Parts: sequence; C-alpha cells; structure tokens
Amino acid sequence: MADLIAKSPCDGLLPVTVGGMKLTEEHPGQMWSIAPFKGQQKALDEALQAAHGMGLPSVNRATGKAGNRALWFGRDMILLIGPEPDRRLADHAALTDQSDAWAVVKLEGERGEDVLARLVPVDLRPQVFKRGHTLRTELKHMMASITRIGAQSFQIMVFRSMARTLVHDLKTAMEAVAARG
Amino acid sequence: MRRPGVGLNQGAKPVTFSFNGRHMMGLEGDTLAAALLANDVHLVGRSFKYHRPRGILTAGSEEPNALVTIGTGGQQDPNVRATQQELYEGLEARSQNCWPSVERDVMALNDLAAPFLGAGFYYKTFMWPAPLWEKLYEPLIRRAAGLGALSGEPDPDRYEKAYAFCDVLVIGAGPAGLMAALTAGRAGADVILAEEDSRMGGRLLAEREEVGGRPGHVWAAEVLAELEAMDNVRLMPRTAVTGAYDHGTYGALERVSHHLPRTHSLKDSHRPRECFWRIVAKHAVLAAGAIERPVAFRNNDRPGIMMAGAVRAYLNRWGVAPGERVTIFANNDQAHRTARDLHDAGVHVAAVIDSRHDAPDGGPFQVIRGAQVCDSAGRQRLESITLRSVRGEEKIQTDCLAMSGGWNPSVHLTCHLNARPVWNREALAFVPSPGAVPGLVAAGACNGTFSTAGALREGAEAATSVLEALGLRPPASDLPDAEDDPYRIAALWAVPGKGRAWLDFQNDVTVKDVRQAAGENFRSVEHMKRYTTQGMATDQGKNSNVAALAVLADVTGRTIAETGTTTFRPPFVPVSIGAMGGGAAGQGFKPQRFLTSHAENEARRAHQLEVGLWYRAAYFPQPGETNWRQSCDREAAMVRKTVGICDVSTLGKIDVQGADAGKFLDFLYTNTMSTLKPGKVRYGLMLREDGFVMDDGTCARLDDHHFLVTTTTAAAGEVMAHMEFVSQVLRPDWDVRFVSVTEQWAQFAVAGPKSRALLNGLLEEEVTGETWPFMGCGAATVQGVRGRLFRISFSGEHAYELAVPARYGESLYRLLLNRAEALEGGPYGMEALNVLRIEKGLITHAEINGTVTAGDLGLQGMMSSKKDFIGKAMAGREGLLADDRMQLVGLKPAGAAKEITAGAHLFAPGDPVERVYDLGHVTSAAFSPALGHPIGLGFLKEGRSRIGETVRMVDHMRGADTLCEVVSPVFYDPEGERARG
Amino acid sequence: MRLTCPLCGARDHREFSYKGAAVQRPGEGADLEAWHAYVNLRENPAGPLQELWFHQMGCGAWLKITRDTVTHEISNVVLASEAGLGGAA
Repeated sequence: MADLIAKSPCDGLLPVTVGGMKLTEEHPGQMWSIAPFKGQQKALDEALQAAHGMGLPSVNRATGKAGNRALWFGRDMILLIGPEPDRRLADHAALTDQSDAWAVVKLEGERGEDVLARLVPVDLRPQVFKRGHTLRTELKHMMASITRIGAQSFQIMVFRSMARTLVHDLKTAMEAVAARG
Repeated sequence: MRRPGVGLNQGAKPVTFSFNGRHMMGLEGDTLAAALLANDVHLVGRSFKYHRPRGILTAGSEEPNALVTIGTGGQQDPNVRATQQELYEGLEARSQNCWPSVERDVMALNDLAAPFLGAGFYYKTFMWPAPLWEKLYEPLIRRAAGLGALSGEPDPDRYEKAYAFCDVLVIGAGPAGLMAALTAGRAGADVILAEEDSRMGGRLLAEREEVGGRPGHVWAAEVLAELEAMDNVRLMPRTAVTGAYDHGTYGALERVSHHLPRTHSLKDSHRPRECFWRIVAKHAVLAAGAIERPVAFRNNDRPGIMMAGAVRAYLNRWGVAPGERVTIFANNDQAHRTARDLHDAGVHVAAVIDSRHDAPDGGPFQVIRGAQVCDSAGRQRLESITLRSVRGEEKIQTDCLAMSGGWNPSVHLTCHLNARPVWNREALAFVPSPGAVPGLVAAGACNGTFSTAGALREGAEAATSVLEALGLRPPASDLPDAEDDPYRIAALWAVPGKGRAWLDFQNDVTVKDVRQAAGENFRSVEHMKRYTTQGMATDQGKNSNVAALAVLADVTGRTIAETGTTTFRPPFVPVSIGAMGGGAAGQGFKPQRFLTSHAENEARRAHQLEVGLWYRAAYFPQPGETNWRQSCDREAAMVRKTVGICDVSTLGKIDVQGADAGKFLDFLYTNTMSTLKPGKVRYGLMLREDGFVMDDGTCARLDDHHFLVTTTTAAAGEVMAHMEFVSQVLRPDWDVRFVSVTEQWAQFAVAGPKSRALLNGLLEEEVTGETWPFMGCGAATVQGVRGRLFRISFSGEHAYELAVPARYGESLYRLLLNRAEALEGGPYGMEALNVLRIEKGLITHAEINGTVTAGDLGLQGMMSSKKDFIGKAMAGREGLLADDRMQLVGLKPAGAAKEITAGAHLFAPGDPVERVYDLGHVTSAAFSPALGHPIGLGFLKEGRSRIGETVRMVDHMRGADTLCEVVSPVFYDPEGERARG
Repeated sequence: MRLTCPLCGARDHREFSYKGAAVQRPGEGADLEAWHAYVNLRENPAGPLQELWFHQMGCGAWLKITRDTVTHEISNVVLASEAGLGGAA
C-alpha cells in the first residue's frame, strides 16, 4: 500500500513573483505551541536554553534563527519552529503539535512594508518593527503571526485552511504596490 | 481664455480631451474646469431641481455646480468635480442632469414651475392619493431631479485600503501646512503631509504674493524639494483627509489613478483607482485652509458668476481668464486682489462693487463703494449684472462676475468628535474650538488666520508645540517674510430683493426657502437643513451652510452664534463605495476556509455549501441524479447500510492541558469531565452564564492531564473566546493551558455498519469492540502516520472519527473513499449528515438557538448537582424549569405523508392560527429515507407530555398547513443498538 | 478607536471584540438576586465605564479597560486576569 502523501498548505499556490517582490512557502519542519504552566516561565526558559540553545522570547520578540526559532505567539504562548521539542519541556509547559495548523509564507522584497500596509493594521516599517520582532494581529480578517526575519523579509502565518485567501490577498496587494511604479 | 505669459504652466504639453463630444485642447496640469474655461466653455451642467444652466463656481473640491460624468459602463464615475479632475490625454467628460443636451434641456421647464417646487414641496404636493406616491410621484421626481447616475453594472476597477502611521499628520499643503511639515521634518519627526490637490502649495499657487522675497509658488517648490529629500517625511498628494476619529485615527481618500489615461496593460489593471487610508498619527496639524463663500442675490447662479478667489486661481495658476470684461462683487479687501491680478494680466475690469462704504482704493480700476449686485442676466452665460447703490440701480455689461462674501475656515475635521466651532465676530467666521480633537492643532486660514504671514507663523508654532510633546527639539526659527494684510470684512450674506437668490447651488436652495422654513417654524438649524435640503448634496454645503444659517439667524431674530451650525460629519469629500470597500469584493470579501478534502470533492463535482467561512460538500451527485434529494437520500441510506465518509474537520478542536484541566472542564460543562477515564470520550453540554445552552460537543481524555474538547462548527470561535474568558477572567489561578488544534487535524467520519471493516486493514492497530468500545478513543497509525481514532457517532450508526495531521488529509480522504467504495459505500455530504442526525434526534444550532435550556432539550440529566458550573445558578430559575416550557419533540405527518418545513409554527388542531395560540415551531426537517416519510424536530409547549397527540403545522411562508403527530425526537433506533453494537 | 493592549501595544479596535461592563462574578452560594444583577443589570453611565475587551485577533488576552463613554478617552487598561473579577470560588 502506498504511503500517505503529505501536502503543504500552499501546495500549487506559490511561489509568486510580482515587481521584484517574491512570495514563497516556508517549510519550517515542526511547529509546536509551548504554553508555560503556572510559575514555570523561568524553568521553561532554562530548559529551552539547554535543549534548543535559545531562551524564551519576550513579548513581541523572536529568538533563534531560521530552522530553530521561537516566536512569541500570544498571551502565555510561544511557538517553537524547526525542531521537535525536547520532551523535558513538557514538565514546564503544555506542548501541542501545530506543525500542520498554519500556512507559513515568506514575503521578500524592497516594498514588503507597503504590501503589508494594505492588509495589516499595524506599523511594520523598519524603524518600528525590526528584525527579530514578531506580533500577532489580523491580516484582512485572518488571525496572523508576522515576524521580520530579515531587513527585507517577513514571515507571515495564517491558519492552514485560509492559505488560498492569504495568497490571493498578498498577491493582490503586491500587484497594487508594483502597479503604482 | 488662456492669457499668454500668465500662469504656472508655461510650456506645458498640450493635451486633447472632449466635453459632450466636442474635442478641445488643454494643457498638462490643467483641471478639467481650467481647460473648459480656457476653451471658453462656461455652461457645464444643469442644476439638481430646476435644471438651471450652471457653470464653474470654484477651483476646488467644494465645487457645487461643475459636476460631470467620466467613463462608461461599470467604470462610469458620476458627479466628478471638474474643478478637481486633472486633464489627461483622451479624457471624455459629459454633462449630467440634462436631456437632450446641456444647451437644450427639456426639464428646464421645472424652472418655470419654481413657485410650486420650494422647500418641502413634495411633503405637501404629493401627499395624496397615497398609492400614487410609489408608482408615480417618486419615480417622476427622481427622474426630474438628480445629478449623475451609475451605470448599474459592477465596477471592474480595483480599489484598496491601507494603513499608515506617523508622529505628525499635516493636513493641507498650503503655507501653514508646508511650514508645519518643514518645521517637524527638520526636527526629525515622522511626518505625513496630505494634500487633496494634485499639486502642493495651496493658495500660494493661486496668489501673486511673495514669500521670503520670491514668488510664493517658488518658495513652496523649494520647501517641497527639501521635504521630498527627507526620509522621515512622506508626501501624499491627491489625498483628502476625510475624517477625524478616536485616538489619532484619520481617514483619507487618495485618488490614485483618476488622473491617468486608461490603457489595457496588466499593470494598469492592477493599479487601484482609489485608496482609502487609515492614518494613525500621534499628532495632527490641521492646515486645511478656507473656502470662499458666495453672496446670495437674485440669479447669482448663472454661468460666469464665480468666486473671486477661484478667478485668481484660474488666472495665476492656470493662466486662464474666465472673462474678458470682469466685474467683482465683494464685502472684503482680499477680493480686490482679483481686480488687480486681472488688470495686470491685461484683462478688462469693468468695476469692483464693494458693499462697504469704506472699501479701499485698489488701483487702476473703478471701485463702486456701498453698492450691491442685485440681479444678473444672460441666457446660458452671464451677460450683465444690475447693481444697486444710493444712486439707484444700474446695469453693467460683464461676462464674468467674481464674488466674495468672505471666507469660511475649513473647520470640518475639528468637529468630527462632536465639538462645535466658535463664532468669531471680527472674522465673521466659525473657527475651531481649541482642543476639539485631542492631538490636533489648527493653523492658518482654517483657524481664522487669513494672512500668509499668519499662516506661516501658525504652521511653525503648531509644529513646534507638537515637537515639544514628542520630545524633539524644534529647529531654529526660519519664518520667511510674507503678506501680512489685515482681514477686513463687513457682513453681507444676502442682498435684499425679489426673486430667487441661491444659497446651496447643488441642491437648489434659495434664501426664500430658508425664510419659508423659518416661517413654518422649522427654526432650528438642523430642522431648516432637512426641510430645505440645504447642505445635503454631495458638496455638503461647504460654501453655503454658513450663509444659510446667517439668513436663518436674521429671519428668526437671533445671532449667528445663537443659531449655531449643523453637525459636521465625515467624510469631508465624497468617498466612493468602492474605496470604502477597499477591495472587499469577490474573493477579497471574506476569507475562505478550505478543507483538505476540497480538491477531491471538487473532482467529484460535489455541491459546495458555505458554512461560516468554510466550504463543505453538500452532496455528491451520481450519474442519473437530477436533484439534490436523490443524492441526499442515497447517501443517507448508504450510511445506514454500508459505510460513508464525511470530512468533519470543521468542528472546533481544543487541546486542554495542565494540572487543573479536569477542574476547569468541570466548571465549563454541566456534566463532569474530571472523572472521565483516559481513552474515553464523553458528550458534554455548556451553558451560558444566564443558564441557557451555549454549545454541545465531546470531550476526550487523551491522558491524565490532557483533554481534547470539540465544539460545533458554528460556535468554535465563541467557545474558544468563552474558555479564554473563564480561564483568564474568572479562574486565573487555575493551572490550565489550551490551544485550538482545529487546523492541525484533518478528521473524517467513517460511519456505517461496515465502518469497522473499513478501518481494519487500514490501521496498524486492530479495531475491535475491546480496543475501541463505543465512546472510546486512542492513538491510531495509518501507514506510519500517527493519528487519533474516536468511536463516536453523529449518525446513530456504528461509527468512528479518524484524525491525522492535516498535511495527510487529502491523501487519507482518497484512501478512505477507495476503501468505502470497495464496501459499496462512499462519501456523504452535509445534507445526508443532517438527515442522519435528525433521524436520531441529535441537536445542532438549529435547536441550540440561545433560548433553550438543557431541560428543553431533554438533557436535564446532564446537569450535575454535585459541582458548580457556568450557568448553574441562573439555570435554576423558576421560569427555566417550568413544566410548560417548549420542549424538544419529534414530528411526523399524521396520515398521508406531507412536507414538514423548518420554521413552521404549531397549533392545537381546533385553535385559530394566531400568535396567542402558538404552541411552538419546527427547527429542523428532512425526508427520512430510513422511515420513508418526512420528519421534523421542533419545540412544543409541554411537548414531552403531548407525545401521541396531533398538532397542526402551519407555514405561511411556504403555504404548508398539515397535521402532525408528536413523537419522540429519536426516530431511528431509539435504543441506540446500532451505534453501540 | 485604538486600545493599548498591555502585551501588544496600541492597536486598532478591529483586533478586539467587546463583551460589556466588567462586573465581578458572584461567589459560590450567592443568592439569585446577585446572579440577576451580574447577568442582567448594568449601569449606563455617561462617563467612565469599566469594560471587558478581548484581544481576539491579537494575543488573546482579555482586558479590563476604563473608557469614557462620552469622549472615548481610555484612562486605564489592565489584563483582566489581574482584575479579580472571578468572585470567591
């Protein structure tokens, strides 16, 4: 019997390139939400540091780097992206596999802020939203997580089922920005 | 007429355009109005009500008269202000509200009927007979009165919305705005300068004043060049700030491509027409300038009668003289500049008529003091005016009258958060009340400071105060020298006399109408406005409201301050619905949520059903099936007979963990979850705090401190928010953590007698009555993929739900379908799912409608008496426990099978079909293939004690009236053997 | 309108949903009158009002916000988890 075939959320939708801007799907490996139990913040921070080499990100910040990153993901929650979390973290936090729950895309290009300004009600200009900054907001009515992962690149996440709308909305905004010249 | 050597557009490229089919030439940088005047076109449109010939009054966005239509079909833009529309190659504009042509308009007959068409005419004239109103009067009036029309076709153009952020938003780029932006920009503040005109500079482009020893427009260009070079300054031309909202939020409309010719390039098709901005600013400087107001006198609405400041703008900016023999009529010094500028440009100034006896001597032109223009003549263009002075009346031949009744500061934005402007008696104008909008400071003409030097100074001061609040050091003062004349004016609103003197040109409201309104006791300015429609057209009375209320004040014997203004509301300029929607059309309207089974369902031509944002398969037509019922009946029967597969991933799934997880769930649900054994699932009911049912679902215990809760599709978001509320607000000390995993898992119902046979051989684990008993759950492995298997049933059949990580959803779905088909089963959709659950009396949000209790549903046994839970106290109220409440029952036709319809009401057979006899209603209905007749679920007063009785079901909407037998809500397999076995 | 979430910072109101007045839940054993007041009775002041907002499209925090219903001025925002609204358990 054939193995089950895995499909990524944006399968067949990406990449898209418009006017020097590029939208690609990220394949981040594992994604786990980590929600520290009562009074376990510090212990979790140490366990995370020991197991994965990065500390617990503070509010609106990301730690680590591509392939091994921790995002602040909301109130009392972080998202570990890349490795499967060390089981010892479970002593300090609720671990939940979210590897398939989110569509993850990367927007690259000089005018990424202008594209996102059409979709997101938050100031994402580089002087305000710097590399390593992350936030939770809405992207055209969709719950989203947005992280600046480079001077000219953003990681954008929405629920998996909305991948098609995400690509549609981003592409429309990219076209509008490019068309202004 | 274009004056050679005059204007800022020397050497501009010629542009061809057409107006009402006539081809003409203009210059790049012209507005349509400037180009029309250059071509000596004065008659531009017909007025709203009386179809009077109208020309160009102003040179800005306040224009009431010169409205045209541009474009055709879905791209037709009505009511485009010619004074704002930039000329482009190939522009085609048309007059509105006239037939067959603007020169010969049949409806001009309305003007002769004017005595019958005054204020409130339709309230009085068309009162009776009443039936004629909708059929005859209203359509007639609507056709006769009006402005431009929409095509009725969908607009294919793109519109967008966008967000912007800054320290300082400067609204308006005249001298005050430029100075404010320069001061703030030099200090390093993050500045947005928004200007509704295509070219920044404001009145500096329209006047011949010097700033800093050079022409004003040169100074403006230098400042703009400096601002452009600053990284911290963003210039937004063609952007009108339309509204001030709470906490530093401003709305702004950017006209992105109205000034560009349409091409068929892909890029052009992507470029939005307009962008609606939401600008969030820590501070704002309002430098919106002022709008010149007309004087009301008889026949003051003829083409050729213009605002004096607009005449200067056409001359000094665009090099166009709107007449060859110009007269000026004013009550203030500023208007005399019009005569000076025209004279210097070689245009004959016939006379300056100033209502003041002490008007200044202007220069080499005749000034008639203490005189008023009291009438005008000319058919489609001004030919002469009549003036009245101590010497009596005299007629002057003139083809253009430049009038000025003073200036109204553009205070609009300062009033959007409820503040009222303050009357300034010296300036005869309403000025902003300070602090009216937190964080906003007014500067320059909009603040009642009319000199250029004053505007520059206030702009710099406003910026300085903002910089101090931001903690930035203001740059060294750099105020250029500029015109600093005092603003001398004497009140003149309406020239006394017979005939109609216009106030609101766009809505055809005259002095007489306002007097009549007052006479009929509509004395409040808000009542007068609505009775006369003063200020209610697309220009919102920008240049007429103040004069109208001055007339009202005069008639009612009050001061202008006592009379007060009407309410200023956003938007400051008209905003198209497209821009408001900002791309929220078609696919952009709302997010679409697709299941992992979607592609396969589409391949099978399943009919899609929108369930909230989700798209789910409704039914799967097979060859030969011609309507949905055939498919639905076959699918429902298939599940009862063999096995069906249905994607149930839309149900909310919430992962709950932590030491207090059990305690938390006990508090959420009416029944106890903490006693659930690992590997077991329990049905649960949640109440709202008021004691009514909120949602139902299942709770599975995966291990000691790990639960998985499911919600209905409809209430998934609500339940999540509720759980957050209970956890954060009510029980913050409990150690519980939860997160939605709805999107993580693709979950499929495998339902029917052959479901176990389907799973065995697919899963690595053996599925037996011992390994997966009814309401059991556990880890299951599909081809090496770790999943979860739950033995739960929403169909009443032996059934499972199999979940795998969503990436494998599509693949697993196909595999399940293949295996089902090998067992003579297949997919089933929402329609069959609904039939199956109604046959079993299982509830959805059709039943959980916010007014039902657990007892109403027959679930009173699920209300634990041993513990506290949300809603427990209020659920114990007498009224919620009463025996005569409506209770869930089943309904089937009494006698011959007739239709049962959801929404129908229930009555005792002998009772009249009236509200007071209403006994209940049907919530869900379906044809049951298993029973061979229609069935329904519903709520019936004292329903459980009426089982076996007959009720009458009436559905006025669908014309159904039939007798039904009241039965148990569980129609099929009441003992539940099939699901358990 | 903009609300300053203690976690996320100032955000547009579209990210939030509104519940209503922030009132303390009656403790266990409270009489029906107290429950009636909690569920149904609300002050309707023209002035400052303590209310609950949910940062649904942001961090997911429930907030207790003091807002002037006349001016919309926001004078205080705290995490609702620290507001003691649960009543005696």
